[in-house]
Amino acid sequence: MKKRRFLVWLLVALTLGSLYVDLPSKIHFKFDFSFGKNQLNWLKMDKEVSRPALSWSIGKYRFFRDLEIKKGIDLAGGTHLVFQAEMGTITSENRQAAIDAAKDNIEKRVNLFGVAEPLIQTSKVGDDYRLIVELAGVTDVNQAIDLIGQTAQLDFRELSQEATQAATFADFQPTGLTGKDLKRSEVKFDPNSGEPQVGLEFNSEGAQKFAEITSRNVGKPVAIFLDEFPVTAPNVQEAITSGEAVISGDFLLEEAKQLSIQLNAGALPVPIKLIEQRNIGATLGAESVQKSVQAGFIGLLMVIIFMAAYYGSLGLLADVALVIYGLLTLALYKLIPVTLTLPGIAGFILSIGMAVDANILIFERMKEEFRSGKPRLMAIELAFGRAWDSIRDANVCTLLACFILFNPFNWSFLNVSGMVRGFALTLGLGVALSLFTGIVVTRTLIRTFYRKEKIKA
Amino acid sequence: MINWMKFKWLYFLISAIVIIPVLISLVMFGLKPSIDFTGGTLLEYRFSQEINLQEISNVLQEKDYEVYSVQASEEKTYLLRMPALEKEKALEVKNLLAERFGGESQEIRFEVVGPTLGRELLVKMIVAIVLAAGFILGYVAWRFKNTKFGVCAILAMFHDTLVILGSFSLLGYFFGVEVDTLFVTAVLTILSFSVHDTVVVYDRIRESQKLFPKASLESLVNKAVTETLSRSLNNSLTIIFMLIALLLLGGVTIKWFVAALLIGTVSGTYSSTFNAAPLLVLWESLSQRRKK
Repeated sequence: MKKRRFLVWLLVALTLGSLYVDLPSKIHFKFDFSFGKNQLNWLKMDKEVSRPALSWSIGKYRFFRDLEIKKGIDLAGGTHLVFQAEMGTITSENRQAAIDAAKDNIEKRVNLFGVAEPLIQTSKVGDDYRLIVELAGVTDVNQAIDLIGQTAQLDFRELSQEATQAATFADFQPTGLTGKDLKRSEVKFDPNSGEPQVGLEFNSEGAQKFAEITSRNVGKPVAIFLDEFPVTAPNVQEAITSGEAVISGDFLLEEAKQLSIQLNAGALPVPIKLIEQRNIGATLGAESVQKSVQAGFIGLLMVIIFMAAYYGSLGLLADVALVIYGLLTLALYKLIPVTLTLPGIAGFILSIGMAVDANILIFERMKEEFRSGKPRLMAIELAFGRAWDSIRDANVCTLLACFILFNPFNWSFLNVSGMVRGFALTLGLGVALSLFTGIVVTRTLIRTFYRKEKIKA
Repeated sequence: MINWMKFKWLYFLISAIVIIPVLISLVMFGLKPSIDFTGGTLLEYRFSQEINLQEISNVLQEKDYEVYSVQASEEKTYLLRMPALEKEKALEVKNLLAERFGGESQEIRFEVVGPTLGRELLVKMIVAIVLAAGFILGYVAWRFKNTKFGVCAILAMFHDTLVILGSFSLLGYFFGVEVDTLFVTAVLTILSFSVHDTVVVYDRIRESQKLFPKASLESLVNKAVTETLSRSLNNSLTIIFMLIALLLLGGVTIKWFVAALLIGTVSGTYSSTFNAAPLLVLWESLSQRRKK
């Protein structure tokens, strides 16, 4: 009894919690029931209620959710770009570093472009390295492509002789030493202190130039610029003639890695070529969302009516579980967060149809047990136990297919497509959640309400 | 109890009536691959007026652009298929159309896929299907530890795959419907759905086998079909409700994806009860005849 009461409260809490998450973040209450001279002010309201975003931080770990549905580019409008890196000039052991650097550099440029939450991934297929860039809500796609497609420019700059103590980055002059002279950069560790450092390795021409620059700038800073933006400006401690330098400082390991990636963008510049482009206008997405949501509601209504008509009061309880299922799923989408695409919505809608499957299996089993003469309550409990095997078997295959479609480990022999992933994720989540609502929630509801009803009757 | 299995040849006949024509279409016409697989350019524009389809391709061909096809997708909206275009060329096409047909032209979709990428995707999709079928086969074999059940479940799955591929071959031939990444996704989903339905029927047969070890397989199958038919129909109905709502009211871009799922669901429901189950009975009677 205690356990059941606990479950009931847990379900109520879960439902209310997800309802809170599901609601739009701003609701505007506006009504005016006051009439005549007897103004009843409390019947008048014009107020906007907004829900704060979730934001917790525990130590280093930070959890932030603004609780908005994330829309994929097919819904929000935007562009999906695939670039192929031309690795011809780069030796095979440096290729991974080069593509990582290119990705990092593109991320920066895209951020400059002011795109909200860009998605930038690298992928390696056979010997080909690729960059996948998804930008939502970009209107001038060609400008974005030009910006992304530029090859990174790195150069070293020094202060002019006249520069004072108050010099800014604008006072740095090019030295003629550029990314072409840099072989590569990597994170190193100070042999004495074990502190992370950033190592630079120049080619022979670069070593010579660097020796000249460092010898005339001892005690002064030398700045490194990437695409006209300053990256770092370490002080030269002594003339370096070996062609190998380290930048030391109080780096955290992450910071050192980041700096070395940025330097590699210039040292290992990869030209990239656009090989796939998909632009979707925002209107198409908006129309589709509206239509799909409408379709979802109508479908849901049909399922609810069907269940109630066919299974009576049991069906109604299954309907309650189905509504809870819908609320929970939407809340999960916002919490995870799931980027919703049109196929993703289709996956969700399909999963609503499948969600009642567990209930149907159980209810059909119940009918059989009634027929074989078992008392009602016993039949109900038996049905839940006996239908489980079928329910499990039935769902394993669907989850398996979702796994292959989602390709969670980015296996290179399988496809990684945002659309397909969206579908696999919503369908898979839906199937998993429906096992919970179809069994635990429905059983709790039946034990709580059905029994009482029967006693009354 | 209804003797379902008495009519097993009728069930196979119904399947044959559906499968033979779509199979012929599949062999003769094949499937119509989208630019996802072949590479190419897909452009969708909305103009402020209705335009003659021929005129659009004429305008582009005058400038030596190759145009595969022009289709009206919605009101005042046109879908153009061309070979893979470079960025500058694509811009030229856009300007050319805007100049010629004037008014407000709006770019709704613009997709370019390089040819190598398409071939690569095709290979990946085949791997996905083989992998999924392999996994499912493994699962069924492990669950039932019996080749008879396993093979029959896979045959039913094969039936559904043929129906869905074949109907898209027909749709492609008559309505120009293309097969894209989402179509393959639908096929994979249907593979799992088909097996899921079959497993429920088979579970019942095995359960009764334990309870009545002496009963004939035919009567056990009859019993299982009777017991699971309403579940199978009801579950499929709820899924079909959702899919029909989505097909009729949902967005244009996923229309054929939903259609594929719908065809697969109907076929999967039929094949589980009316192919997978009678196949078991047929197998049994054939092997008994051989023993005699």
